[in-house]
Amino acid sequence: MSFPWAQEYKPQGTVSKWVDERLPLPRLVYNAVGAGYPVPRNLNYFWNFGVLAGVALVIQIVTGIILAMHYYASVDGAFNSVEHIMRDVNSGWFIRYAHMNGASFFFIVVYIHIFRGLFYGSYKAPREMIWLLGVTIFLLMMATAFMGYVLPWGQMSFWGAQVITGFFSAIPVVGEPLRQWLLGGFAPDQAALNRFFSLHYLMPFVIAGVIILHVWALHIPGSSNPTGVSVKSEQDTVPFHPYYTAKDGFGLGIFLIFFVAVTFFAPNMLGHPDNYIPANPLSTPAHIVPEWYFLPFYAILKAFTVDFGIPFTGIIIIEAKLMGVLAMFGSILLLFFLPWLDTSPVRSGHYRPLFRKFFWFGLIPCIILLTYCGGKPPYTQWVILSQIAAAYYFIHFLIILPIVSRIERPLPLPNSITEAVTGKPLEKAAA
Amino acid sequence: MVRLGAFLVGLFFSGMLLLGLGDTVIKAIQEPAQPSAEYEFHEKPLAVSFAHDGPFGKFDRGQLQRGLKVYSEVCAACHSLNLVAFRDFAALGYNEDQVKALAKAWKTEVPTINPETGEPATRPGIPADKIPSPFANEVAARAANNNALPPDLSLITKARADGTAYVYSLLMGYRDQAGYKNAEGKELLKEFPDAATPAGLHFNPWFANLNIAMANPIAGDDQVTYDDGTKATKEQMAKDVSAFLAWTAEPKMENRKSAGWAALGFLFIFTVLAWMSYRTIWADKKH
Amino acid sequence: MSTVKKTKTTGKKPVKAPKASAAKAGKAAISNTAAENPSVADNGQTPGVRRRDFIHIATVSFAGVGAAAVAMPLVSQMSASADVLALASIEVDVAAIQPGQSIKTSWRKQPVFIRNLTPAEVEEANKVDVGALRDPQTLADRTKPGKENWLITLGVCTHLGCVPLGAAAGEVKGEYGGYFCPCHGSHYDTAARIRKGPAPTNLVVPEFAFISDTVVKIG
Repeated sequence: MSFPWAQEYKPQGTVSKWVDERLPLPRLVYNAVGAGYPVPRNLNYFWNFGVLAGVALVIQIVTGIILAMHYYASVDGAFNSVEHIMRDVNSGWFIRYAHMNGASFFFIVVYIHIFRGLFYGSYKAPREMIWLLGVTIFLLMMATAFMGYVLPWGQMSFWGAQVITGFFSAIPVVGEPLRQWLLGGFAPDQAALNRFFSLHYLMPFVIAGVIILHVWALHIPGSSNPTGVSVKSEQDTVPFHPYYTAKDGFGLGIFLIFFVAVTFFAPNMLGHPDNYIPANPLSTPAHIVPEWYFLPFYAILKAFTVDFGIPFTGIIIIEAKLMGVLAMFGSILLLFFLPWLDTSPVRSGHYRPLFRKFFWFGLIPCIILLTYCGGKPPYTQWVILSQIAAAYYFIHFLIILPIVSRIERPLPLPNSITEAVTGKPLEKAAA
Repeated sequence: MVRLGAFLVGLFFSGMLLLGLGDTVIKAIQEPAQPSAEYEFHEKPLAVSFAHDGPFGKFDRGQLQRGLKVYSEVCAACHSLNLVAFRDFAALGYNEDQVKALAKAWKTEVPTINPETGEPATRPGIPADKIPSPFANEVAARAANNNALPPDLSLITKARADGTAYVYSLLMGYRDQAGYKNAEGKELLKEFPDAATPAGLHFNPWFANLNIAMANPIAGDDQVTYDDGTKATKEQMAKDVSAFLAWTAEPKMENRKSAGWAALGFLFIFTVLAWMSYRTIWADKKH
Repeated sequence: MSTVKKTKTTGKKPVKAPKASAAKAGKAAISNTAAENPSVADNGQTPGVRRRDFIHIATVSFAGVGAAAVAMPLVSQMSASADVLALASIEVDVAAIQPGQSIKTSWRKQPVFIRNLTPAEVEEANKVDVGALRDPQTLADRTKPGKENWLITLGVCTHLGCVPLGAAAGEVKGEYGGYFCPCHGSHYDTAARIRKGPAPTNLVVPEFAFISDTVVKIG
């Protein structure tokens, strides 16, 4: 660990000493989330969401393993097995609703976590690796969520699988064979369902592995904080336990209240009615949309309507369909480059007047608009809005951010975290 | 290098999007979207309320029993209910013997095989059986229904937006198409002469494309005779069967709500305690 | 790692503006090191200590109770579901079974032997000295009054759960003319009582009743 003043684990009693000498697991925990991890004292509630994301993953894994005890991955039996869980399995309805809504809450929490990283510049040196691993987790989550949504084999499951694997068919030459390889057939069927189930079971454990790396990388420089000013002395930090364990406990209570309220009182609010109709390969629902957490990306996909080619010759270099797919993946992949696009030495958006304006009045409305348009049918007004919003999305990250970091004059930063908190300079406070 | 590349990629994507935007606007002006009858004359579900609405709502057992009667005497001629078993009717307030009697008296028998010859046969239902479908398979169902497939009703109220009200509205929504006007006073056949309901279909503005294959199933009052003496008006029957179908879609709804209140109560106390704990620990630490 | 440093912090307010009074702020600064580890610092300081500890204990125990409450459905989901329980009783028509014949049927996914004993078999079963048996039971204990010839047992050997032979025509009936389990050599007599071999008890008689002269309800 990084800070010399971090408390050292001192095993109490012979058993603890015996264990510590042979497998220092308690020491690892102590240094990771115990008193041995010094954390800036000024973290606000946005810093609760990392732990909450971990909790959400645990909820998903526990409920998921239970659902897998009752689910059959068969095109004839999958839908009915889900309803068997809902009707006949003891407390099955609770476990299934918790898993279904748990996915949504996992995304809500992770989106807030990403949003915090974006605003407070958590992706900047020396925390680039944490950010890269985080974006990787996000990609894995999206893949896992997509495959999980296919499993009930309802209409949205089936047509979601059809449309999303259809992205790959946009790739020239290898696209169609690739799609058939992914599905194990010409359309989603038994082969696809079985492999999606297998991978859906595997992926959360891969995610858990990357989370371990993410947290490991976090413990090298330590947590960032709302001022973005680096920790300078012991006064700037508090031990994770009991300070942040207590705060996270409170945050967990609030999170669970929201989660329980939706799971028990509006469990189908975030879902789609069509997924209660068994999959029918011969009839597409009137209006297919992905789950809400994919809507911004779906809007970007749909926003590309013109082919890229040489004007007046009819030669097309990139078709609109392929460009939509590239842009959709690009909109996530560009996050990998963020630490090198935003070169401002100031981390926190609080001290960056220009960045802050673009963040609150550009990026946030743009993402809300994309989410909204993503769920709408392809009527002209929604296409226009999503084209404007999608264009801003790319301009924001790829053009505005590098320019802003160059021309912006940041506000004066506090000398230290302690000074920001107590209003007194570090030296005086130490007295 | 990264920033130069990013700049070019950003320029390309946003440029293509803005080209697309121009294209969309030009197309919208050159060929504005045609109004459609489905879009302008499709009605939102009627306002209707049920005992099971809201976070404290519980099913009205009497209503569910009446709804079962409507289902079994009217709907069950065409619509299956294949996720529901006779034993589930115990939740409607029937005792074991009544459930057995219901299963035994059900109009459609359960397919089985003749134990002597192995030939296909049928036998009376028992509580463990799922409700037998009126048709042996999809082909038979279509053949008997002018090539339309009556959907299974087990999940119908979850499988449609605003499902319970939707079912009620659909049952109440058969109208005479000649001279039909919507709330804005527009007359359908004047605005869209092509929208006349084809032969074999029935006009119902609560159905997605306005023309439904199902003939009005509850045409008038007293189509069934309720055991509890409730007057079987058309509206009463539509409401009862909608409530019944809300139950078939989610038989565990009451457990869900009561467990939800217990969980919320617990979490509220936990959160207050956790908050006090948090404040105590941070009491002398400014942050 | 570079951060822009300014010597003065005037101008823009720091992120978390001081909320509490200045006095409290001073106290926080002074008690800083002690507060690093409140559990140590608190020991025997003020009467408030007990109340504080109580809050933490209450919070953690409350969380424990919650976890236990959530664990209940997570465990109970593994027990038999409603559709499985619904098949817990069956009705069998035994009219066609002639004396000396038996049938195998399935109840709760387990084999059930229904055997129509011949008078000779009944007599043989009644001849046995019950006191000498490993699991002392008379034939009457194992059948219904007036229907002593109807022996209904689970076809599950009480040793390790194999299905004994002897129910189907032509199968080995063992040394005592009842059933014989080939897995580990348990012999059952004509009342399906254990007579020889490792099985500890007689074949289990399920709960059953004649609901008419020829229909048996099992379960």
